[in-house]
Amino acid sequence: MSVQHTAAAHIHRDDVASRMGMWLFLFTELLLFGGMFILYSVYRFTHPEDFHLAAKELNTVIGTFNTAILLTSSLTMALSIAAIQRKQKTLSIIFQLLTIVLALGFMVNKYFEWGAKFHHGIYPGSETLLSKPSGEILFFGLYYVMTGLHGLHVIIGVVIIAFMTVFTMRDVITHDNYVKLESAGLYWHLVDIIWIFLFPLFYLIT
Amino acid sequence: MSNENILSNNGNDVSYLEYKGKHTGILGWLLSTDHKRIGLLYLISLSIFLIVGVTFGFLMRLELLTPGRTIMDPQTYNSIFTLHGVIMIFLFVVPGLPAVFGNFFLPILIGARDVAFPRLNLLSWYLYVVGGLLAILSILLPGGPADTGWTFYIPYSVRTNTNVIPALFAAFILGFSSILTGVNFVTTVHRLRAPGMDWFKMPLSVWSLYATAWVQILATPIIGITLLLVAIERVFGVGLFDPALGGDPVLYQHLFWIYSHPAVYIMILPAMGVVSEIIPVFAHRTIFGYKFIAMSSIAIALFGSLVWAHHMFTAGMSDTGQLIFSLLTMIVAIPSAIKVFNWVATLYKGSIDLQPPMLYVLAFIFQFSIGGLTGIMQGVLSVDIQVHDTSFIVAHFHYVMFGGTGFGFFAALHYWFPKMFGKMYNVKLAKRVFWAMFVGFNTLYFPMFIMGWLGMPRRYYDYLPEYQIYHVISTIGSWILVSALFLMFGNFIYALFKGAKVTEKNVWGGETLEWQIATPPIHENFIDIPVVTESPYQYKDNELVLQTQEAK
Ligand code: HEM
Ligand SMILES: [Cu+2]
Repeated sequence: MSVQHTAAAHIHRDDVASRMGMWLFLFTELLLFGGMFILYSVYRFTHPEDFHLAAKELNTVIGTFNTAILLTSSLTMALSIAAIQRKQKTLSIIFQLLTIVLALGFMVNKYFEWGAKFHHGIYPGSETLLSKPSGEILFFGLYYVMTGLHGLHVIIGVVIIAFMTVFTMRDVITHDNYVKLESAGLYWHLVDIIWIFLFPLFYLIT
Repeated sequence: MSNENILSNNGNDVSYLEYKGKHTGILGWLLSTDHKRIGLLYLISLSIFLIVGVTFGFLMRLELLTPGRTIMDPQTYNSIFTLHGVIMIFLFVVPGLPAVFGNFFLPILIGARDVAFPRLNLLSWYLYVVGGLLAILSILLPGGPADTGWTFYIPYSVRTNTNVIPALFAAFILGFSSILTGVNFVTTVHRLRAPGMDWFKMPLSVWSLYATAWVQILATPIIGITLLLVAIERVFGVGLFDPALGGDPVLYQHLFWIYSHPAVYIMILPAMGVVSEIIPVFAHRTIFGYKFIAMSSIAIALFGSLVWAHHMFTAGMSDTGQLIFSLLTMIVAIPSAIKVFNWVATLYKGSIDLQPPMLYVLAFIFQFSIGGLTGIMQGVLSVDIQVHDTSFIVAHFHYVMFGGTGFGFFAALHYWFPKMFGKMYNVKLAKRVFWAMFVGFNTLYFPMFIMGWLGMPRRYYDYLPEYQIYHVISTIGSWILVSALFLMFGNFIYALFKGAKVTEKNVWGGETLEWQIATPPIHENFIDIPVVTESPYQYKDNELVLQTQEAK
C-alpha cells in the first residue's frame, strides 16, 4: 500500500496525505474554539441570570440572516468542487466568487451589528459595560472575542478562496487535481460549523 | 521523464551537505525543504537559545549564592526566571528532539525520502525562529522583560506593566510551529512507511515521535487560545479571566495545565524513544518487550492528558476532584515504569559498551527515575501541600526535563553526530565531559530537593540563612555543569572542522535503516526505497555468539 515515488520525492503527489493533513489541522482549529466554548459553558453555569439578560440585547434577525448567508456560502463552495470534478472550470470559478461575495456580506452585517453595540456604549472597557453585573461583562467579553475570532477566520477563508480562484484560472487546480480546492472547502465548512454553534449560544438561548 | 535528467546532473549520490538544488549558498539552506537540512537549521537555532537559557539559569544560581542581593535586584530576578522558563520550555525542550532529530531521522527510519509536507516543515522552522526572536525582543523593548513566570498566571499577567504581550505571542507562534510539526509527522508515519514496514516493524523512536505528534496536535491549540485570550484581555480590557471583571483565574489555570501537563510528555516521550534506540545497540541485545514499549508510548499520551489538575491541588478544588486527579497521576506512572523495566531487562546480560551515547542513556534512566518517583510523591495530596511551590518542585522537573530530556538530547547528539556530519568527535573527551556533566547536574539539583523539603520557596530571590549551605553547593554544581556544557559544545564544534572523517555506514553497529545508508546521507536518503522484511533491533549474529559461548 506504499506510495510509489518518482526519483524526486518533492514532486510526488499524495492526495490522501494532503486530505489527512487538512483534517488534522481542522481538529486543531476545533480545539482552539473548544477552549472558548469551555469558558462559555463555565461562565454560563456560574452566571445564568446575567447571561439571560445580556443575550436579549443581541439582534436575532441579523444573526439569523447571517446564518443563512453562511450556510448558502457552504453550498456554493461545495458546488464549485462538484463543478471542477465535471470539468466545468468557469462554473467552478463563478461558484468560488459567489462564496467570496457571501462571505463579505457576512462581514458587512457583522460590521453593522458590532457598530450598533458600540453605539450603545457596549464595548470592552466601556463605562456602560463596566457598570453592568459581572456576568454580563463576561457575556459580552466572550461575544466579542468569539465572534471576532470567527470573523478573523472568515477573512482568512476569503483570502484562501481567492487564491483558489486564481489557481483555478491558471489551471493549477484541474478536474484531476483539485485537492487544494477540496481542502479550502473543508476549511470553509469548518468556519461555517463554528458559526452554527455560536449562533444558538449567543442569539437563541436567552 | 525529464526530472531524471535533472537528477543525474546533480548526481543522485551527493551528500545532503554538498547537494546543490535550485538555490545555492546560504539560500540553499534557508529555503531548503530537505528534512535533514531543516533538522540542522533547528539544531543551530535551538543550540543558540539553549545557551541563552543556560546563561539565565547560571545567573539565577549566582544570585542565590548568598542571601539578599548578590548580583541583581528582585525585579531582575523575576524577569530572569521568567525568561529562563519561557526559553527552556518553549524553545528548547518542547521542540527539541522532534524538531532536530525527528526531522532528520524520522523519514530515514521509516524508509522515506522526506516528510509528507516538506514546505510546511520549512514554515514550521520559520515560525520557530520568529517566535524565538519575539521572546528575545521582549527583553529589549522598553517596559522590561515579562516577570510573570513562564506560566503567565492571571491576574498578575494582566496587571504587570512589563512586556507580557510579546512573550505571549512568542509562545503562541511557537505553539503553531509545534502543531504543524505534529500534523506533518502523523501524516508522514501513516503515508510514507517503506514497503513491508508495518506498524510493529517501526523503530521505537518512531513510535514515540508518533505519540508525541498526536499530543502536539491535540493539546497545543488549547494553550494557543488561552494565551491569546490573556493577550486580548490585556490589550482591550475584555473581561475573560480577571476577577475584577467577574472572571475566574482558576479557570485560566485549568486551561493552562490542560496543555502544559501533556506538554511534559511532548518533552519526555521523544527522549524515551532515543533511549529505546540506543540501548539495544550498545548492549548488543534485541530490545526486550518491543510491543510494551511501543504501546506504553501511546498509553502515556492518553493518560497524560487526564492529569493536569495535579498542578492545582492548592488552588482550590473539590475533594472529589483532588482524589480523582491524584489517582490518575499515579496511574500515569505505570507506562513510564514499564519502559524503565524493559530497558533494564534489555541491559540484563548484555555485553554493554560504554560509549558516550550509552553513558548519557544510563544517566537518563537514573535521573529520570528520580524525577519520576518524586513526581509520584507530588501526586500524593498531603505531600503536595507541603512541597508545592518549593524548590522541591524545581528539582523534580529539572530531573525530568534536564536530567531526562536534556540528557536524552545529548545522547542523541552523540549517537547520530557521525551519521549527520560524517565527522567523529573526540570520544575520550566526550566520556570525561559526560562525567563532569553527571556530577555537575546532580550537585546542582539534588540539594534543591532537600531545601525544598525544608521549606525553601520557589521563585524567591532571597532566603533565610539556614538554607545557604544548600544554595552554595547547588551553585557550585552549576559551575561544573556549565563548564561541561561548554566542553561538550566545544568538542562538537572542533569535530565539525577538524574531526576525523567518517565514511563508514554503521559506526556503532545499529540495526535500523539510518545505518544502512551513506554517511553523511545522500540528498534523498535512499537511491532505491528499501523493502523492509525484518523487525528492528534483531541482534542475531550477536545472539549466536552468545549462544555458542554458553554452549561451551
Ligand atoms: C545550567 C542549566 C540550568 C540552571 C543553572 C537552571 C537553574 C534554574 C533555577 C535556579 C531555577 C529556579 C528559579 C526560581 O525558583 O527562582 C530554574 C527554574 C526553571 N528552569 Fe532551570 N536551570 C537550568 C536548565 C534548565 C533546563 C535545561 C530547563 C528545561 C528543560 C529548565 C527549565 C526551567 C523551568 C521551566 C523553570 C521554572 C521557572 C519558573 O519558575 O517560572 N532549566 N532553573
Ligand atoms: Cu503535570
